[in-house]
Amino acid sequence: MRTVSDRTVLVVGLLVALTLAGVVSFYASGSPDGLNRVAADLGFAETQQASATQGGPLAGYETAGIDNSRWSSGVAGVLGCLLVLGCSWLLFGARGRDAVLARTEGE
Amino acid sequence: MHVPDGFLDAPTSLVTATVAAAGIGVALKGARRELDDRTAPLAGLVATFVFATQMLNFPVAGGTSGHLMGGALAAVLVGPYAGLLCLTVVLVVQSLLFADGGITALGTNVVLMGLLTVVGGYAVFRAAQLALPKRLSMVAPAAALGAIASVVLSAAAFVLLYAVGGVVPIPFDTLLTAMLGVHVFIGVGEAVITFLVVSSVVAVRPDLVHGARRVLAVRELETRLVSS
Repeated sequence: MRTVSDRTVLVVGLLVALTLAGVVSFYASGSPDGLNRVAADLGFAETQQASATQGGPLAGYETAGIDNSRWSSGVAGVLGCLLVLGCSWLLFGARGRDAVLARTEGE
Repeated sequence: MHVPDGFLDAPTSLVTATVAAAGIGVALKGARRELDDRTAPLAGLVATFVFATQMLNFPVAGGTSGHLMGGALAAVLVGPYAGLLCLTVVLVVQSLLFADGGITALGTNVVLMGLLTVVGGYAVFRAAQLALPKRLSMVAPAAALGAIASVVLSAAAFVLLYAVGGVVPIPFDTLLTAMLGVHVFIGVGEAVITFLVVSSVVAVRPDLVHGARRVLAVRELETRLVSS
């Protein structure tokens, strides 16, 4: 009954994730999320402190140095996917062919 | 629902960080039993997919948005232990590199969006599986029920945490009503996405879906009974 290989599942799944993060995310709603909206409505939003990582090159899902907002968020999304993939494959101890992919993701 | 720095006081954040660390410790041990050489790469893919989908804020009522949390989805696809590790990787990367969710709030976010959505979502999924017919087609609906429950649970848990360690005094009922009011809708979105993803994977490779294993075992047993 095995019609679709493990490899195909992984490759297709990864392509879907990269497309969502790299392209579709540009069209995501920019409205405040549920918690932020409630915090603003009930008056505790102002206690929020800027994260210590606010100045980082990918902060806010924008890539520093890329002015075009579509490319800026798309690149940040793709880099984020590769980082998460690399970190989790290291964590889950996937070896062999997977270690190769984890390595290409780099820093 | 990423909690930023400054919403909860330091003692509360310390407690949630301790709970998160304990949960991750348990998950690291448990995940060894859930994953093998074949499913370990899939767990990495699930983490990546959750990260990507969390970027997709969908609009809910009145100028508010929400996004997938993914705890129930990850738990059904790769098991609750591995699922918590997936969510943890996502939340750590978001906090450290994307400034999404505070640093001191990282433990809080792992508890609210990882631990509780995984455990709560998986518990409701299993309960639904017991109540529903033991068929492969019931895996995705059960996962969707787990998904909506996980978001509501997470929002309610935030209210409890805020009652204990919130920086501004907000009446408990007011905060609970506001949080649940919006997160029920976000939970519907969570259920829809979870249903679509789980049913897609079940349609293609049910043997890769952790939450479908019991159903597949029953089916093989029935096949054997008929053929013998």
